[in-house]
Amino acid sequence: MGRTSKIIPGVDQTLLVKDAALLLPDPARRRFLAGGASLGALTLLTGCDVVDSFSAEDVLKKISKFNDAVQARIFDPNKLAPTYSESMIKRPFPFNAYYTLDEAPDVKASEYKLELTGMIANKKPWTLDELYKLPQDKQITRHICVEGWSAIGSWSGPKLGDFLKTIGADTSAKYVRFICAEGYTTCLDMPTCFHPQTQMSFRFDDQILPRAYGYPMKVRVPTRLGFKNPKYVVGMEVTNEYKGGYWEDYGYNDYSGL
Amino acid sequence: MSGMTASHDAARADGAMAQKAKVIQPAWVRVVHWINAVAMIMMIMSGWQIYNASPIFSFTFPTTITLGGWLGGALLWHFAAMWLLVINGLVYVIAGLVTGRFRRKLLPISPAGVIDDTRAALTGKLSHDDLSTYNNVQKLLYIGVILAGVVVVLSGLSMWKPVQFQELTAVFGGYDNARVVHFFAMAAIVGFLVIHVVLAVLVPKSLRAMIIGR
Ligand code: HEM
Repeated sequence: MGRTSKIIPGVDQTLLVKDAALLLPDPARRRFLAGGASLGALTLLTGCDVVDSFSAEDVLKKISKFNDAVQARIFDPNKLAPTYSESMIKRPFPFNAYYTLDEAPDVKASEYKLELTGMIANKKPWTLDELYKLPQDKQITRHICVEGWSAIGSWSGPKLGDFLKTIGADTSAKYVRFICAEGYTTCLDMPTCFHPQTQMSFRFDDQILPRAYGYPMKVRVPTRLGFKNPKYVVGMEVTNEYKGGYWEDYGYNDYSGL
Repeated sequence: MSGMTASHDAARADGAMAQKAKVIQPAWVRVVHWINAVAMIMMIMSGWQIYNASPIFSFTFPTTITLGGWLGGALLWHFAAMWLLVINGLVYVIAGLVTGRFRRKLLPISPAGVIDDTRAALTGKLSHDDLSTYNNVQKLLYIGVILAGVVVVLSGLSMWKPVQFQELTAVFGGYDNARVVHFFAMAAIVGFLVIHVVLAVLVPKSLRAMIIGR
């Protein structure tokens, strides 16, 4: 059926630079659901061209919001993601972004500061040295991408929940929003931030986090899909307002829980 | 005049009884069946688009036969249609068990019966006079597709929530294996669908019964 294409997991002898542009909605298309579904069958079954109508998209977005609520209900704050042995780590671990590796942010350690904004008592920015001194956990968990591939990796760093307490974040706030060096953003709800495996990762596979995986800091969330695990994090905002995110704004499900 | 009305009424009542006796597919089965057909087709077409984002095998599905336009759109369709599929499927399975329909229509079934009926079907000797009873080939296909439907839903659930429902994911041999199981369950359903639609078209009165009941 159809043309052949590269198999994503498996061909990882070299770092995998995926053509994420293929996965983006066609810029020529104004509405992301149009196209690719103009099949007569659907039109026939419904008696109208559902796919091109605005209401179909609105209905789908409403159901996606409903799915956010369902997933927040399903989420058990004490349920740990399965962990694996060292030998199961995928080496090299895939690099995946909507840009190539040479376009990835090149953050300088000396200039780095983690900026804190929003509902936080102590907004003093943190340097890398200060962050590295926090107590570090290590986890070997499965990273699962919205695209369907998955890979086991090892990440180390302090618990995000502990850090939020340290800086005096208002933990009754709804969200923590992450701002990344390249302009990427994403949000997590407070219960997820306090999950024991939600981590500010500074190391991958016991080495300082390489540029490919988000140097200097990634937020590792094994209970959420990969795009909810921001890399190159330079800022955190504690807020009650839902501000979406890079992929969320294109239509990926906001919660995207695992 | 009044006598005429009475006999007219009696005739009508007789007609209604005869009609009732002739119902091959009850209304609930027809409604649930067509909702399922729509939901399945939406799930399959959006599923193919999702598959394309990270194919398990060395092929992808042409985008002209997929739903959603791109990965994000397909995911919205898939996770919307899943409610229709699962709720409708539960209604069908529960009603099928409670009303005794499954027992009456899908049982008994025997390997010998399946072989006999397959041979009869291939030599054009299978009778379609009584549409209210299914032959062994039909029974096998229907039981098979109901089971494939259960597997496709459970394996899908195990991929959607591999942390919260990790015990279920483990039943399918982990996340990556669940993808493969989900794919083959889909393939079984598509295979069924092709045969099913061809047979329905070859025996048009069965299609009629699934639409208007008689
Ligand atoms: C869209 C195209 C479809 C058509 C034209 C169609 C047609 C029919 C017809 C005519 C019957 C009655 C056949 C008979 O008397 O043996 C039937 C029954 C059935 N169909 Fe379909 N069907 C379609 C899609 C599907 C799909 C997608 C599924 C499941 C994946 C499905 C599952 C079934 C089952 C399980 C029965 C038996 C129902 C019962 O007796 O409880 N059908 N279909």
